[in-house]
Amino acid sequence: MDKLLDDSGRLLVLGNEAIVRGCIEAGVAFASTYPGTPSSEIGNTLQKIGHEAGVYFEFSTNEKVAVEAASAAAASGVRAFTFMKHVGINVAADPIMTLAYSGVDGGMVILTADDPSAHSSQNEQDNRYYALLSLLPMFEPSTPAEAKEMVKEAFRVSEELKSPVFFRTTTRINHARGVIELSPPEKEPAKGRFEKDACRFVNIPAFARMNRIKLLERNEAARRISENSKYNTVEGEGQVGVITSSVAYTYAKEWMEDVSILKLGMTNPLPEDMIADFIRDKDMVVVVEELEPFLEDQVLRIARQNGIGTPVFGKRTGHMPRAFEYDPDVISSIGIVPVRAGKEPLKPPAMALPSRPPMLCAGCPHRATFYALKKAVGKKDAVYSTDIGCYTLGIQPPFETADFLLCMGGSVGAAGGFSAVTDQKVVAIIGDSTFFHTGVPPLMNATFNGHSFVLVIVDNRATAMTGHQPHPGTGRSYGGRETEALPIEPLVRACGVDYVRTIDPVDVKGTNKAFKEALEHEGVAVIVSQAPCPLELKKRRALVISTYTVDQEKCVKCHHCVEALACTAFYRVGEEVRIDPDLCIGCGVCAEVCPRGAMGVVE
Amino acid sequence: MRYCIQIAGVGGQGVLLASNVLGHAAMASGYSLAMSEVHGMAQRGGSVLSTLRFGDEALSPLEAAGQADLLLGFEPVETYRMLHLANEDTHIVMNLQPTVPVKVSMGAEEYPPIDDLVSNIRSVTDRLTTLNATELAIKAGKAVAANAALIGAVAGVKDLPIDRSLLEETLLEMVPARFKEINAKAFQLGYETVRQ
Repeated sequence: MDKLLDDSGRLLVLGNEAIVRGCIEAGVAFASTYPGTPSSEIGNTLQKIGHEAGVYFEFSTNEKVAVEAASAAAASGVRAFTFMKHVGINVAADPIMTLAYSGVDGGMVILTADDPSAHSSQNEQDNRYYALLSLLPMFEPSTPAEAKEMVKEAFRVSEELKSPVFFRTTTRINHARGVIELSPPEKEPAKGRFEKDACRFVNIPAFARMNRIKLLERNEAARRISENSKYNTVEGEGQVGVITSSVAYTYAKEWMEDVSILKLGMTNPLPEDMIADFIRDKDMVVVVEELEPFLEDQVLRIARQNGIGTPVFGKRTGHMPRAFEYDPDVISSIGIVPVRAGKEPLKPPAMALPSRPPMLCAGCPHRATFYALKKAVGKKDAVYSTDIGCYTLGIQPPFETADFLLCMGGSVGAAGGFSAVTDQKVVAIIGDSTFFHTGVPPLMNATFNGHSFVLVIVDNRATAMTGHQPHPGTGRSYGGRETEALPIEPLVRACGVDYVRTIDPVDVKGTNKAFKEALEHEGVAVIVSQAPCPLELKKRRALVISTYTVDQEKCVKCHHCVEALACTAFYRVGEEVRIDPDLCIGCGVCAEVCPRGAMGVVE
Repeated sequence: MRYCIQIAGVGGQGVLLASNVLGHAAMASGYSLAMSEVHGMAQRGGSVLSTLRFGDEALSPLEAAGQADLLLGFEPVETYRMLHLANEDTHIVMNLQPTVPVKVSMGAEEYPPIDDLVSNIRSVTDRLTTLNATELAIKAGKAVAANAALIGAVAGVKDLPIDRSLLEETLLEMVPARFKEINAKAFQLGYETVRQ
């Protein structure tokens, strides 16, 4: 049995694992997600232990579906947990805004994993505003240990108010590691039953107007809870007040000296009376929060309404940065608050260091796809409309197959736009999981509106970037349920596309030919480039590894392989190209691209 | 008491395993503990950093620049990139085995000579210990035990507030049973390199 399922003891765990344990202790019966960093390990952990803990868990096809399904579970009286990365909330915003009107019966917690500094994201949007927008309560933990306890509190508050509750983490909570104390579950997952109540659950205009009033009442009740919440506390004494939340609290707590800290764990609605009392007699107040001045603007408003003149410093006064995540160095450089002194950092001589951006792995089938694609496009004026996944790494040389990127599924929709207004060749690139997520509606749009482009579905049989989670196309059973692979080709045809070819990218010549033909096609041409992710095979111990080597006698040192294929397993010693046997997985693509046939399998 | 270990390396090298071993050993030593790791996109062969803070009270998963007590470098260039995390009292343990970035293989960028990296570090601190973890691991029986050699090297660092045998036990609990012996040997070789 996994240690996370024990009912006592201390464990060193990832923030995401602490959150799963919090759900188990809260008696969550239903959980859903679409994988997205930094929230992915929550799903991976639930996939592993959810079934045993009695939690129904699903990888939904996208975040909107995940929230809709969780809403129904919570409306049926069970505790439901749905979680996603920050941009996933954009996809799910539609059901969330109306669910706020309906409310729930069983507790429902919606986790948003924000990513300040955009470590693994396309933007660093601050999802605290979703709580203001939807009038839903919000909790924000500062450490993994606190996250575990706070999940349970979020469910209690959700049930008390009969309202879904946001739970906001950031990368430094999800991917922090800390010690948690296990305690037995408060309740066990149970079967639900949906009690009909059209006035609540069917928001036709007449009912929506009634529910709007109830939502405002719930929001006021939530404020009263916030005023007395054990997660909104004052620590320390001093004439300088610090108002903070989330991981920024840990930096303030450990580095600032002689300050009184108002730590906010329930950040929507804010405890307005508590804040007014806190700032009233202070000499000054500093608001320490990452990203937008969410707390700061509300503190300024509360001060004004209460006739309090205490100066408030933060982003609006230029003392705190608005971009990127905070760290102890940000706290140390504020300049207006005394901080713990540290030692002088080393200042080594400046050296030109090679960059090390994330790259496609050795043996990645996307590399072979891009090689053949680039060759087929040749000197044609082409626009590459790409999507969210490992293949976004095609932005790196030598491929540079990423000219435009917005969001999940965006490649296909954008390709339609390029096709409508330019004479350029348009190539859209999307992964298998992303295609199922939100790639299908824009494909129907393309055939409906007569667009012309090549869509490459790089089908590596997994949601690879986030940790190889299954999706409708994988046919991989998980969590105690059997699934059957949904084939992509018939789905593409059903969208009105006549031109579909499935190819194996490891066959470089065949792939190149398929792309050449597709580029000549008028209308939408779809190439499904299908080869499993070797990392996923490795995980399942299904990867048969052979190793290639370069015959230096045959090699003419043309360097076509390193320059045009650029596999991470290549390295150079002088003019010689060699293959790192620890990295090579034996895909054999290099042997296909070598003009002299110098690459061969090590016997 | 407060102690901070920064671990710099390349995604896929085993930085996560090393920080996990050190973290469990710190927990078993009875310390309060906070760690941060890099997951996701940055793991695909990019630069990674793990931070480990422990002592009487550790809440923050990140440390300020210059405040590391120990900088463990899995790779020479990555160690150099993270030198600002160290001060002149920081122990620096550096693996000399380079992982060459693709852009270098493609001829677009250059990897600096290892000797230059070492001498430039020595020009600002006298607390650098170098080892070739891969060679030590091969000597122990298998290249994959390079990780164990580096953790052994950490165990050899003066004033490390974690017991050597506890660290070794924690490591051996976390590696596959069939590699225990090789890992124990690599740990010992790493330990000896630093102790000399």
